[in-house]
Amino acid sequence: MSNEMYLEWYRQLVMIRRFEQKSSEMYQLGKIGGFLHLYIGQEAIAVGSVAARQENDHVITAYRDHAHALVVGIEPKLIMAEMFGKVTGVSKGKGGSMHLADVNRRFWGGYAVVGGHLPLATGLALAEQYKHTDSATLCYFGDGSTNIGYFHESLNLAGTWQLPVLFICENNQYGMGTAVARASAVTAIVDKAKAYGLPASQVDGMNVMKVYEATQKALAAIRAGEGPQFLEMITYRFEGHSMGDPLRYRSSEEVEKWREDDPIGILERHLLSEKLADKATLEQIDKSVEQELEAAVKFAEESPLPSADDLFAHIYVEA
Amino acid sequence: MREITYLEAVREAMTQEMERDEKVFLIGEDVGQYGGAFGASFGMLEKFGPDRILDTPITELGLTGAATGAALVGMRPIAEIMFMDFLTLASEQLVNQAAKLRFMFGGRATVPMVLRTPAGSGTGAAEHHSQSLENWFAHIPGLKVVMPSTPYDAKGLLISSIRDNNAVVFVEHKLLYKTKGPVPEEPYAIPLGQADVKREGKDLTIVATSVMVSRALEAAKTLAEEGIDVEIVDPRTIRPLDAEPIIQSVIKTGRVLIVHEAVKMGGYGGELAATIAESRAFGYLDAPIVRLAGRDIPIPYNRTLELSAVPQVPDIIAKAREIVQGKV
Repeated sequence: MSNEMYLEWYRQLVMIRRFEQKSSEMYQLGKIGGFLHLYIGQEAIAVGSVAARQENDHVITAYRDHAHALVVGIEPKLIMAEMFGKVTGVSKGKGGSMHLADVNRRFWGGYAVVGGHLPLATGLALAEQYKHTDSATLCYFGDGSTNIGYFHESLNLAGTWQLPVLFICENNQYGMGTAVARASAVTAIVDKAKAYGLPASQVDGMNVMKVYEATQKALAAIRAGEGPQFLEMITYRFEGHSMGDPLRYRSSEEVEKWREDDPIGILERHLLSEKLADKATLEQIDKSVEQELEAAVKFAEESPLPSADDLFAHIYVEA
Repeated sequence: MREITYLEAVREAMTQEMERDEKVFLIGEDVGQYGGAFGASFGMLEKFGPDRILDTPITELGLTGAATGAALVGMRPIAEIMFMDFLTLASEQLVNQAAKLRFMFGGRATVPMVLRTPAGSGTGAAEHHSQSLENWFAHIPGLKVVMPSTPYDAKGLLISSIRDNNAVVFVEHKLLYKTKGPVPEEPYAIPLGQADVKREGKDLTIVATSVMVSRALEAAKTLAEEGIDVEIVDPRTIRPLDAEPIIQSVIKTGRVLIVHEAVKMGGYGGELAATIAESRAFGYLDAPIVRLAGRDIPIPYNRTLELSAVPQVPDIIAKAREIVQGKV
């Protein structure tokens, strides 16, 4: 692992954290409307797994999608503008926080019907299998999605056809306000995947290095023709399900305990103790992230709103 | 011209498009080894192989999503849903995903796919295998809904649907599968959103879809003997709707009967009636706009009950007479 890679991971972790905090701030100011789901606490998963992808791999995720959008390389300003509902946004202001996508980066977006994108992920993988490419599909979803039919139909199809897809369950312990044990007959999500014949393992989702290693191994297995793979990332969201969550379903002691495993802290301690970076370098990164975010907000503020003509655009492909 | 069945026309359209474009493939339950529940894809596995004729598990939701996902990355899948009733299972992927992704991602995604499905009653298949749910999908911006009524239309419209860059729901009728008609051997495309006048007349316009077109044509023969000259307009695609030929026809005849198999309540007939009432044809109407549609019940098994559940030829004749005789 090169130093540059570690520092880039650190930058991405901090960028996601600060981006989410900035989004929260903008939401409270009324600049962002609708729903807003923060990724704080889960940063290591998006960073470590997308770092392991090759350029032609597809990425598709659920509605908690800001982090995935950032790590596939979408500029923060285009995401911020999208959430501001501006025409310069990555989805031209039509999708908002939950529907960020960039097809040129093979990022097929955020989906907001829980589990609804899992069948689409099998389709992305099917197309690549059909074309005989070495592209894999990284499909992210929460623990709550593993209780709905989409999950089971998709894993069965992927297993039956040996599709090149990596299912990444971000088990943050709660589907909205319902704990895994209250919603899933089988609490080890990996066991559900094994039922469909998928090799599945649990990974410390707070540790970016472990996420990277596990993802790299799983993608290598897919490219070696071993079929679909499954990773259950054990993680925790430090904030509520969405803005305005009263958090009645979990104790502050529980939250505090998980915060000790802050994914940024874990990497930072590793970098400093192994002397891979010094404090000044990390502070410099923090500062540059801050500047980029300020510019992103400025860009979003100053961008034009969609015009009346945009209303009817993009429903059908003409001719 | 050579005559083939509606079912053969569907198969020929799929076969010719698959020969033309490698990106086209067929995905569905028992479409391969079995040859399709109604035989639409019979022989296609032998011709194209298992990579292009994909037998899926029983997974309407899964296969519709797989087709949508593959379409996102440039494939042109044809998905078969064995019965339209099962579109209720597939509908989430169709309605929330396939129909919306282009708009939701600001025009940056396209979903060129066709979802073919047999609909309708008349085969004794009872409540779970007989419905006509086309209006569920006509209601959704982002989808196109096609309903061919003849072998000629089936081939030309299916070819257009496969070549279209949007998500198309292609509704076939089980009772039409065995009907024969002239169909050119070479590939040809009938544009989506182009209504067709199936019979010209001056006394009454009948707007009919799918199997009701042939029933209306049969009714028209009897009515002609009574001196009632019926014009029959087939929208062929209900989304987009080509309203102009319907409006022109109503202006000419001054009377209109709308006939479809789906339940009247919330059915497409309401949309057609409103389209006519809101148009310049309104002032030419000599009689109220009348709908003849499926009764407000599920489709029963018993043959007699089943026949009574949806409009039959005598029902069309009786209703047409009433309108023309000023009894409505």
